[in-house]
Amino acid sequence: MTKEDIIKPENLVYKKPTLLNDNPMHYCPGCSHGVVHKLIAEVIEEMGMEEKTIGISPVGCAVFMYNYLDIDWEEAAHGRAPAVASAIKRLWPDRLVFTYQGDGDLACIGTAETIHALNRGENIAIIFINNAIYGMTGGQMAPTTLVGMKTATCPYGRDVQLHGYPLKMTEIAATLEGTAYVTRQTVHTVAAIRKAKKAIRKAFENSMNGKGASLVEIVSTCNSGWKMSPSAANKWMEENMFPYYPLGDLKDKE
Amino acid sequence: MAEEVVLMKGNEAIAHAAIRCGADGYFGYPITPQSEVLETLAEEKPWETTGMVVLQAESEVAAINMVYGAAATGKMVLTSSSSPGVSLKQEGISYIAGAELPCLIVNVMRGGPGLGTIQPSQADYFQSTKGGGHGDYRLIVLAPSSVQEMADFVGLAFNLAFKYRNPAMILADGVIGQMMEKVVLPPFRPRRTEEEIIAQCPWAANGRKKGRKPNIITSLELDPVIMEQRNIHLQAKYKEIEKNEVRCEEIQCEDAEYLIVAFGSCARIAMKAIEIAREQGIKVGLLRPITLWPFPYDEIELLSHHIKGILVLELNAGQMIEDVRLAVQNNIKIVHSGRMGGIVPDPDEVVDDLKEKLMK
Repeated sequence: MTKEDIIKPENLVYKKPTLLNDNPMHYCPGCSHGVVHKLIAEVIEEMGMEEKTIGISPVGCAVFMYNYLDIDWEEAAHGRAPAVASAIKRLWPDRLVFTYQGDGDLACIGTAETIHALNRGENIAIIFINNAIYGMTGGQMAPTTLVGMKTATCPYGRDVQLHGYPLKMTEIAATLEGTAYVTRQTVHTVAAIRKAKKAIRKAFENSMNGKGASLVEIVSTCNSGWKMSPSAANKWMEENMFPYYPLGDLKDKE
Repeated sequence: MAEEVVLMKGNEAIAHAAIRCGADGYFGYPITPQSEVLETLAEEKPWETTGMVVLQAESEVAAINMVYGAAATGKMVLTSSSSPGVSLKQEGISYIAGAELPCLIVNVMRGGPGLGTIQPSQADYFQSTKGGGHGDYRLIVLAPSSVQEMADFVGLAFNLAFKYRNPAMILADGVIGQMMEKVVLPPFRPRRTEEEIIAQCPWAANGRKKGRKPNIITSLELDPVIMEQRNIHLQAKYKEIEKNEVRCEEIQCEDAEYLIVAFGSCARIAMKAIEIAREQGIKVGLLRPITLWPFPYDEIELLSHHIKGILVLELNAGQMIEDVRLAVQNNIKIVHSGRMGGIVPDPDEVVDDLKEKLMK
């Protein structure tokens, strides 16, 4: 069999989504962001929404997400992405509007905007990257930092007496009447990536079908912030993050 | 057809004018003394007529970020609040100015600092005209002194905001917001279609049409060389606005020996004070800045050659007086008159200040 026999369209098993451009990503090797970006690009393409999607990037590592996906973008102030998205979706109901936010952005400074946008049942999709740490500012404690976990601002480990408990925003979201679909996924294995993509697709479809708000939490690694190799970070996530942040659908108003 | 004259509050005039000007959206949070803006919009239900979206946000912070989001798509949107609420909006206003988005912010000022009072004040002059949030930026600031101007300035503010891709503010106070006057509302103008918005705002992020690059609305730039260029661009735009958009009104200045400079409700008080003073043989005129930024420096400088002194009347401890001092190059006397914390002065008090502080 020659090379020419193999390189045929019917044998194509993988290609980079067209929406994902060639700009070199600023993310650390091993980071989950790149995988989730790719999934979002694939879903937008598969839905044929390239010309009708508006993404809202957060403050945090994904602030520069607008450099990687060739759609229209708005960069929101820290925590305010759900408010920004609410207004856009109400004024452009036929657009696909999603936010992409980290744990500090969504579950700390933007708690009010997140809860109220979800509770109003805004027809938006929120992609929530939970890696239990502030990546962009250099590894400080997040609202989702696990008890005992060490960060730059809790160098002796998160102490509940001092810092309180890790916040389960996705569980809170599931209790709100306005949410249609609330799920917690991850992207550290091929199987998990496939599931996460389905979740993102469902959230985006809900947005277009007027079903209400959807929240897709992706439990992620920050191997730089956690000071681990990418593979050790994946293992640590399985052993420590998944027990506190269990994977699966929390709510699905079919 | 004769013009329809209606009687209403300044706050209500803002709401009606917004609907009639073809605004696409309003996002706000209740606060005294401006809650009638949102209440009137809720009562009018423009989403059933013009299609205008009206949303009560969870906070002033959320409301201004909704404005940011909507303005970035090219839609014509506004928010309104009063002093403590406008303080909360400052971060968002800075982002809007940084990203060069057109929108309207209405501030119906009340006395501060802090939670302050619900009574009228003009103590947010510095905040409105000198920036307010972080970074070097300016708002186009219009100061209505009547309910008619509350109605008229909505359309004007939107026109200026879109002309310069810059946030505009209507800076009113509790008097102008709450008092009822006769007003002729602007004619109905249909909301722009999506095609018109896309054509008018090629920069807007409302869905990347084939053949164009993505539109990215952001105020972020980590490279300081590019960030400085952005600042230089903003300052050039502000110079252009200063050159083209100064608005003020001069009343009885032709023979004036003394000048009162006052804006908003204070200009109305000043007009009565001038009437009283002139009955007593004191030749005094009024310069009323309509745009607080850009400020009428040249107009005041020109008048300063023909007068003996200036009384700056404001509902604060003396803020606009600093701009009047910047305008005047000679040595004429410039004094402040005004009350704070929600007290509105009587015209007689102003005449007393004119005689005691300025003419003595």
